[in-house]
Amino acid sequence: MKEEVNYSSPNSTSPENTGTIVLNNTLNDVTTSHLWSKYNNLFQDEKIEYILIDASEVENCNGIGIALLFHFKQNAIQSNKKYEIKNLNPKFFSLLNNFESLHTTKQAPIQEGKMSVETIGKAIEDNLSQLEMTIEYIGEISYSFLRFFKYPSKNVRWSEVLLVIEKAGVDAFFLICLIGFLFGLIMSFQSAVPMERFGAEVFVANLVSLSLFRELGPLLTAIILAGRSGSAFAAEIGTMKVNEELDALTTMGLNPIYYLVLPRIIAGLIISPLLSIFMIFFGLLGSSIVIMSFGYPLVTFINQATSSVKYTDVLSGFLKSFTFGFIVSAIGCISGMQTKEGASAVGASTTNAVVSGIIAISITDGLFSILFYILGI
Amino acid sequence: MNNIISVRNLTVVLGTQKILDMISFDIERGEVFIILGGSGCGKSTLMKTMIGLIKPISGEILFDNENIVSSEDNARQNILKKFGVMYQQGALFGSLNLVENVSLPLKEFTKLPDDAIELVAMMKLKQVGLENFSEHMPSEISGGMKKRAAIARAMSLDPEILFLDEPSAGLDPITSAELDELILSLSKNLGITFVIVSHELPSIYTIADRVIMLDKKTKSIVASGKPIELKETSTDAWVKLFFNRKGSNI
Repeated sequence: MKEEVNYSSPNSTSPENTGTIVLNNTLNDVTTSHLWSKYNNLFQDEKIEYILIDASEVENCNGIGIALLFHFKQNAIQSNKKYEIKNLNPKFFSLLNNFESLHTTKQAPIQEGKMSVETIGKAIEDNLSQLEMTIEYIGEISYSFLRFFKYPSKNVRWSEVLLVIEKAGVDAFFLICLIGFLFGLIMSFQSAVPMERFGAEVFVANLVSLSLFRELGPLLTAIILAGRSGSAFAAEIGTMKVNEELDALTTMGLNPIYYLVLPRIIAGLIISPLLSIFMIFFGLLGSSIVIMSFGYPLVTFINQATSSVKYTDVLSGFLKSFTFGFIVSAIGCISGMQTKEGASAVGASTTNAVVSGIIAISITDGLFSILFYILGI
Repeated sequence: MNNIISVRNLTVVLGTQKILDMISFDIERGEVFIILGGSGCGKSTLMKTMIGLIKPISGEILFDNENIVSSEDNARQNILKKFGVMYQQGALFGSLNLVENVSLPLKEFTKLPDDAIELVAMMKLKQVGLENFSEHMPSEISGGMKKRAAIARAMSLDPEILFLDEPSAGLDPITSAELDELILSLSKNLGITFVIVSHELPSIYTIADRVIMLDKKTKSIVASGKPIELKETSTDAWVKLFFNRKGSNI
C-alpha cells in the first residue's frame, strides 16, 4: 500500500529546502484523522522554505479533506513558507477557494475569574432587573389575591384550581404519607434508644408529636411540595413562556397572573395544610409503632401526645402550612414567568423554583420562630 | 438511472390511522427532490419514515440498494450517518453555541483532533454564511439564521443526502430566496442530493428538479414530475388548484 504522505528532506529527490506532502486517493474523516498534527514539524522546520502539497492522486475529497488542505495552507502562511498545491482537481480547488476569506482565529472568550468592571456592572444590572421583575410579579400577585378575596367567584378559574389540587395534592398523597410514616418511625427509634437508658422512652411521644405539629410536619410538607409541585409550576409556565403562550394570553386580553398563577396559588394554599395533616398523622403512626414495640400500649402514646400538644401548637403549625403553601406556589410561578429563551432556560427556572422555594421556606420558618417567641406561643 | 433512494410500496400507519398507502418513487443522485402536498397529507411522515424515525408496516426504502427498513441496527446506523437532516424549527441545541452545535456530530462520529473539528465546523458555517456568528447561542440569532445553522450541522459529516423539513416556512421572501440559493449552490458544488418537504410554491419553482405530490384522501402520490410541467399539463383537479393557489371551495 502506498504511503499516504511523504516528508522529503532537503537531501531527497525534491528541490532543496522543499518539504513535500503527498496525498493519496481519498481524503475524508477516516483517511485524514492522523494527518492533522503529523506535519507540524515540517511547518516549523526553519530549513524548509517551500511546502509542496502533491494532490495529483486525490480523486475523492469531502468537506473534511478540503478542511485539511485549508489547514496545510494556513500553516504554511503562518510559518512564512511558500507553498503550492500541485495538481488538485479543479472542482476541489474551487471548493477550497470558497474559504479564502475564512478567519479561524476565535474571539478571545471572557476569562472566568477575571472580573472586569464591565462584567461586574452587567451582573449587578442583571440582578437588579431580575429583582425589579420579581417585585413587579409580587405586586401583581398580591393585587390579584386581594381581588380574589373581594370577588372569589368572579376572578378565579375554579376548574383549573381543582386540576392543580389533583396534580399537586392528590397525586402527592402517597409520597407524603410514606415520608411522614418513615420520618416518625426513624425519629422515634433514634430518640427512644438513648432515652431508654434513663427510663424516659415514653416521652418520645411528647417529643415527636410536638415537633411534628409545631415544626416538622408543615416544614417537611413544604419542602416536598417545593421539589415536586413548585418545580412543576415553574416548568409548565416556563415552557408556555418559551412557546409564546403567555404572549398569546396577553394579546387575547387574559392576564396570565389571573389565568395561570392565581389558580396555582389558591391550590397551594389548600393542599399544603391538608397534606401537612396527613404528614403529621402518618408521622405519629410511625412513632406509635416504635413506642408500642418498647412495650407501651397505644393509649399511653395517645395520652402523652395529647398532653404535650396545645391548641396554639396546632394553630401555629397550620399558620405555617398556609404561608409555606403560598410561598412554594408563588415562587414556582414567578420562576416560570421569568424564564428566558430556550429549553435550558426552563431547566434553570425549575432549579431556581426549588432552590429559592426551600431558602424562602427556611427563612420564613425562622421568622415564625422569632414571632412565636415574642408572642409567647 | 443512478438512483440514490428508491421507495417501494411504502405503507405507514400511525396509531390506527393509515397515513401513507403503497407509495413508490425514486430519487436520483444529486437532484433536488421535493415532497409536496397540502397540510396533513403525510409529507413530514414520509420524510421521517425515510430517515428511520417511523417504522412502516410494509414496503421498502432502498439506499444504494440496501433496504433501510429491514436492515440490522448497525447497518441502518451506518446508512443514517450518510443522511443529514434539518428539522422545521432547526432543532439546534440551546445550550451550545453555533460552532459547538455543528461540531457535535464530528466529535461523536470521527476521530479528528479538536482543532480539526473546529476548523471543519467553521467551514460549514462559512458555507451557510454564518462564520461571523460562530460564538452566538441559538437564542441570539433569527429564525432564518437558525435554519442555516441547522443546515450547517446537517452537513457536518458530509452527507450524501440532506433532508430538509419545510426550510422556507416562516421566513420572509428575501431570507427564503437566500436559503434557496444556498440549496442550489450546495447541490451544484458539492453534488449533495436534497429531499425537501415543502409547500412554498415560489421556492419549489426555483429549486426543484422533480417533485412528488401527496394526496390526503388517497394517501398516495397524485402527481410527479417537474413542477412547471405539472402546473401546465396536469389534468388532476387538486394538482391544478395547488399550483394555481386557488381554494377548493370557490
